[in-house]
This record gives sequence, C-alpha cells and structure tokens, in this order.
Amino acid sequence: MADTSQAIGWLGVPLAIIAGTMRGGTPFLFVSLGECLTEKSGKINLGLEGTLLTGAMAAYAVSYLTNSPWLGVLAAGFAGAALGAIHGWLSQQPRVNDVAVGIAMIIFGSGVAFFFGKPFIQPKAPQLPTINLGEWSDFPALQAALQISPLFLIGLAIAPIMAWFFRSTRWGLFIRAVGDSPEAARAMGVSIFNVRMFSVIAGSFLAGIGGAALSLYYPGLWTERISSGQGLMAVALVIFARWNPIMCLWASLLFGGAQALGPALQSIGIKEGYYLFNAAPYVLTLLIMIFTCSPKRTLSGVPGALGTDS
Amino acid sequence: MTSTATTTPTIQIERPPDLQVTGMSKHFGTLVALDNVSMHLKPGSFHALLGENGAGKSTLVKCIMGFYAPTSGAVLIDNNPVKIANPRDAHHYGIGMVYQHFTSVPAMTVAENLVLSRYESKALINWKDEMEQLQVFMDSSPFRVPIDVPIAQLAAGQKQKLEILKQLYLQSRILILDEPTSVLTPAEADEVLGLLREQVTEGKLSVLMISHKFREVMAFADEITVLRKGRFAGSGLVKDLTVPEMAEMMMGEKKEPTPVNKVADLEKAAVLDVRNLCANKDNGVEAVSSVNLVVHSGEIVGIAGISGNGQRELVEVLAGQREPTSGEIYVNGEPYGATRAEMFKHKVFALPEEPLKNACVPHMSVAENMALHTFDRPPQAKGIMLILNAIRQTAIGLIHQFSVKTPSPETPVGNLSGGNVQRAVLARELSADHIKLLIAANPCFGLDFNAVDFIHTEIVDARNRGVAVLLVSEDLDELLKLSDRILVISGGKFVYDSPIDEADFAAIGTSMAGH
Repeated sequence: MADTSQAIGWLGVPLAIIAGTMRGGTPFLFVSLGECLTEKSGKINLGLEGTLLTGAMAAYAVSYLTNSPWLGVLAAGFAGAALGAIHGWLSQQPRVNDVAVGIAMIIFGSGVAFFFGKPFIQPKAPQLPTINLGEWSDFPALQAALQISPLFLIGLAIAPIMAWFFRSTRWGLFIRAVGDSPEAARAMGVSIFNVRMFSVIAGSFLAGIGGAALSLYYPGLWTERISSGQGLMAVALVIFARWNPIMCLWASLLFGGAQALGPALQSIGIKEGYYLFNAAPYVLTLLIMIFTCSPKRTLSGVPGALGTDS
Repeated sequence: MTSTATTTPTIQIERPPDLQVTGMSKHFGTLVALDNVSMHLKPGSFHALLGENGAGKSTLVKCIMGFYAPTSGAVLIDNNPVKIANPRDAHHYGIGMVYQHFTSVPAMTVAENLVLSRYESKALINWKDEMEQLQVFMDSSPFRVPIDVPIAQLAAGQKQKLEILKQLYLQSRILILDEPTSVLTPAEADEVLGLLREQVTEGKLSVLMISHKFREVMAFADEITVLRKGRFAGSGLVKDLTVPEMAEMMMGEKKEPTPVNKVADLEKAAVLDVRNLCANKDNGVEAVSSVNLVVHSGEIVGIAGISGNGQRELVEVLAGQREPTSGEIYVNGEPYGATRAEMFKHKVFALPEEPLKNACVPHMSVAENMALHTFDRPPQAKGIMLILNAIRQTAIGLIHQFSVKTPSPETPVGNLSGGNVQRAVLARELSADHIKLLIAANPCFGLDFNAVDFIHTEIVDARNRGVAVLLVSEDLDELLKLSDRILVISGGKFVYDSPIDEADFAAIGTSMAGH
C-alpha cells in the first residue's frame, strides 16, 4: 500500500483524504443526524458517545455470531434505541438535567459495550460488503479509495430525507414545535413526552448504526478505543451545522476529512507531526466552539427550548 | 377540514352555538379558585368577562376549554350538557381560545403554524396545495398576516392577529379571548376588536373576552359577567351600565384611585444623561440605536412603546445587565458604567420588569433580598462579617412600612405572590436615604388595583422628594397619569417627545405603531 502510494506521490494525499472523508465521515454522519433529530425536539443527548460504542460492539458481536453483517447493523440500531429509551425517559423526569444524564449514559454505554464486548476483541467478524467504483482503474490506491460502503450511501440519503421530514410531514412539524416552543405544542394537544421520547430513541437508533459503521466498515474491528470521542464531537458538529440535516452531511464530511489528514500524510512519508495531524478533528471541534459561541448573540437556528427543563 | 365534518360531530352551522355554564366550581386543594359560577353566552353576542387579578376569570374559561376538570358544574351547548375533557373536545363543539401568551412556534412560518394547528390533517403536507388554500383563507379573513414569514419576525400586533386568525382557520364559532389587547396599541386594539365585532354583528361568531379595560368593554361588548374572588359578582347589558358601576362590581366597593399630587416647580438638575447610546438584542440585531435622553431631578420621564421596540434593552443597559455597543451614560455629570460602586455613589436604583427574575434571588429570604444593596456596608456588616440581626431588623421595618405580605422575613422571596415581590423590591429600592435616580420598568404589570395604587403613590412621592424617575411602561394610562414628560420608543429610537400637558393621545398611538 505504501509503495503504490509512493508511486503516485503527492496525488495520494487528496485521494486518501477523499477516501477517508467517506469512511471516517460515515459514523459522524449517522451520529450527527441522530443528534440533530434529538436536539430538534429540545433534548440534548451527550450519551451518543456511549451509544456509538454499544452499537459498534453489538454490530460486531452479532455479525460474528450470525455471520450476517446486515443483522449486525440492525442489532446496533436496536442496541442504540434501547440506550436512547433510557436517556429519553430519565432526562424527562422532573428536575433531571439532560447533560448530567448524558454524561452518565456515556459511562453506562461504554461500560455495557466493554462488558459484553470482551469476548469479541480477538475473533474476526464478517465485514459489510462494499461497492467498488474504482475497478476501471489500475491504481490500487484509487481502487481502495473508491470502495464505498452502502452505509455511507444510506447516510447520504437520510440527510435530505430528514430535511424533508422536518419540512413536509406532520410529525416533523410536531418535533420542531416541541423543540422550539413546548408551551405552543402543549396548547395544540401534542404530548411533549412522547414526541421527545420518539426523537431520542430514533436518534439513538441512528447513532447505533454509526457504531456499526465503525466496527463493520472502517476501521472494521472491535476495540474499546474505537469511538475515540466521535460521539461527543458529533454534538459539536450539530451546532456547527445549525441543526440542519443537510449541513450535518457537509460537516460530517469535513470532520471525516480532517480525521484522514494524519494517515494520509503518513502514507506519503511525512512522519513528523503525525499525532498533531491526528488531532485535527479535535482542534476543529475547539475552533468551531470558539467561533460559533458568543455571549453577545444567540445562535440562529437553535431550537428555542433546547436543554431547558420545560 | 372537509374530512372533519364527516368523521367528527363538529357543529358547523351558520349560527354559533349557545353556551351556558351552570354552577361551575374549581378547587385546587384547599384553594377555591371558582365557586358556583354561572354564565350565559348567547349566540352572536360579544360578552366580556370582568374581574380583578385572581378573580377566577382564567380558571373559568380554562374549565370551559377542558384544560381543567371542574370540581362541579356543567357546560351546556345548545341546552345539551356536554363533556369537554380537553381543548380538542372544545374544538369539536366549535369553541376556540386565544391565550394571553402567544401559542405559535417562533421558528416556524405563519403557514407552518396554521397547518400545524389543525387537529385533523394528513401525515404528509403538500405545501403547494396548502399554500394555495391558505392564501384563499387569508384573502377572505377579516385581517391579514403574511403567510411565509417566521413568527419571530412578526410584530406583537401581527402575532396577536395570527392567534385570532388561527381560531377562524379552525372554524371556531365561539371565540374565547384572554386579554387580547394587552400587547396592542390602542389603534390596533380597536382595529382587531372592531373587525371581530363586525363578525359578531353578522351572526358568524360569538365572542367571550376577558378584559379589564373598560374602554374596550364599553365600545365593543354587548353584555358583561363580573367575577370577584372566584364568585359571581354581577352581570348585565353594557348599555344599561356605567363604568363606575362595573368597577364597583369588580372591587366590591367604590374605590377611587388615589389622586396624583405632584409638587410643581421643583429645582431641576440633569441627573441622567444618555448620549448616542446603542445596544444590541441577544441575537446581535441592534435594539437601541443612538438614543439621547435627559432626566432631571424631580421629574418623571415616561417611555411608551410596544414591547420589543428596544425599551427592555435600554433599561438593561442602564441597570448594568447589558453592555452597550456605543454611546455614553452620565449620572450627575460623571460617566456611569452601572458598577456596584457607581450605583452606591450616585444613588441609582432600579425597579426592573419581572422583579423575581431581574431583581431578586428567588431562593434567598425576603430579608436577604431586601439587603442586597446594603449587606456589605455598616450597619449591616462589620469588616467581612455580616450582622444578621441588623439585616433582619431592617427587613422587619421595611416589611411593615411597605405592607409586604410575607409569613416571615425568612421566607424565600420566590414564595411570595407577584404583588408582594414587587413591594419587597420597591421597599429595597426606595428605602435608601438619598435616592437620586430611579429606573422603573413595567412596575405594575399584572398587579391588582391596591398594589398598583400603592406603587403609583410611592413613585410620585419619590419624584416629589426630588428623585429623577425614568418610567418605562406598556400601560399608556399609567404613563399619562404619572409622567411629567412622555417619550415614545419605536424601532430603537425616540419618535415622540412631549411635556405631559401638551401630549396628544392620538399622536402617541400612531408613533407607537411606528408610523
């Protein structure tokens, strides 16, 4: 791999970044869309970090045990939804704060994943098939870069579907109403509890699938450090994306690309600053936080009741 | 909506239904909010429900709407007893309510809010068809609101119109309005109520309006029902009644507001001098744009305006709660930055709106809240130690002097009623020896007759002692009664400025509306 990359030289960098964008961006995409759905209803779910890990573990384990990676993806979704149900119920109890519950759920989700995941660190589970768009090319590097996961395509489709859902369906309008003005929603006879419960569970289902993308696609293995904070970064990403699913898509690709920067430079032999470049997504998160937060103004697009007790 | 008629027993005849309430009571634990009240809303009439704050008006209409389950009593539609368990049931009988607070979702457009408000509609929304239908509805309705604009960008008056339109859109035949004109200018109020009045006269609607503005009741209502302390206190036709008679029904006794005795010819010195002040709203949009203002000692300067025109931000800057973006503030000729030291030096005191939120620490006791200005100075402190007994004794004195109803000085201030929180804050702000400047924002919002009268008297007393008073209020009557000079703020600028004896009511109204 390194030799062929050497062969195409500097061209390998953008290629590796494009490949990394699609690979590394997939979990970001699912988690941020899940968080977007959750936050539109006015709840914050920081616990998606734990959901991501649980999803990754569940997908890997089920894929290994049943030999069907797609069953693994489904299992990841339902494992995520189960954690979401806990968060959705707990965080809506009186005087319970979303953020506190979210932090507890990060630890709980990780604990669940580590506990059940121990036996699956060694064995090799069947991976999801990829769609190879690069077969016309002779460059193995290009072929590798154009191995696209169906999960990425599904995520690509979900973003516009979710945008349409928020705009043109009754349920979508309900979720926005509940997130922006619970008082108004209540006056319309909408059950705030049910709408938020649905949003948190559905969001966690998506985040669980994001975990499946980690363990069954890229990097395609199960370890305890596989999520490396991507679930938390996705929360920052939703803010960056102004709670807009289409923007979530672009933001996820940007983060995925930033993540690929370190390995891409390494592949052409730039070794100095490897860890620095690997930190690119984290630096990006910090920069986004700094540039989008201001005490003098509120963000445009923020759901009016986000994170409040109402 | 066509599907509604076939699937639900909605009454959709031309004539609005007849609504009767008989023997309605509502108890909240030991509190009797409503005690055996009956009333009759005749088809095609405009009925006003009058009463002081806490008289049970809102409780009564919420029982009709199914928000509350009444402890006893019944609602009769066309003489048939009906069970209304929630607002959705009320809608089936053609009853719709416009609430005191807005119930539209701020981030959504008018069209989205209208479609969302429908109880029965399809899961998928075909925006092309919906927009066409909404436009047809809008063209045939008594007043118009642009349909593709987010609610957050509408002025208060337009929002209120939308709330009423929403009920017409839902084809409500009985409209219950809870103080619908509190955010409107007098001209807007007349327009909205006048158009509703036309619909009533044509027999298309019945209106039940909660109000305490006699002017509107006299001009638009056919009949009144008055509640007092949860009980029925009288009813009658408006044409047979006079304002003093209605006021007597509301308060149970004849009460004239304490006349305002202003001492004339006080020595005038500029106390507050604001030059070219600009400030932004929370979202970074300019709220106050280059405002100049001088308030002299012994003068009450009133600022009128519809909420959201920059008066809140102006008061927040003066009270030190918001950073100005440019401009200077001088108090007694010295630059003023609203720090604690400067407030103490120049004797500046403030009575902000929503005092529980802006001027109190709700979980701290009444005594501690009353000492917020003085606790770190002798005699309430010695070095870094607080002298709790001195704090308590001062509080007991203030509680007595300002008649604050509190179980004890140790009660958390958040447990007091709105009027008593306002009194406690007023006591703290007016108790200092030499006040130079008092900034008051909507000091009487939501208070009953006695509390309002008390606060007005205190403010005028302070003025007569030589205090410079800046009074920001949405209540025009209050401003006309108290002010020496009246300004109107619109779009962050002063658009009207007149001494009170030359003030023109109509001109104030039009400048408030931004014309």
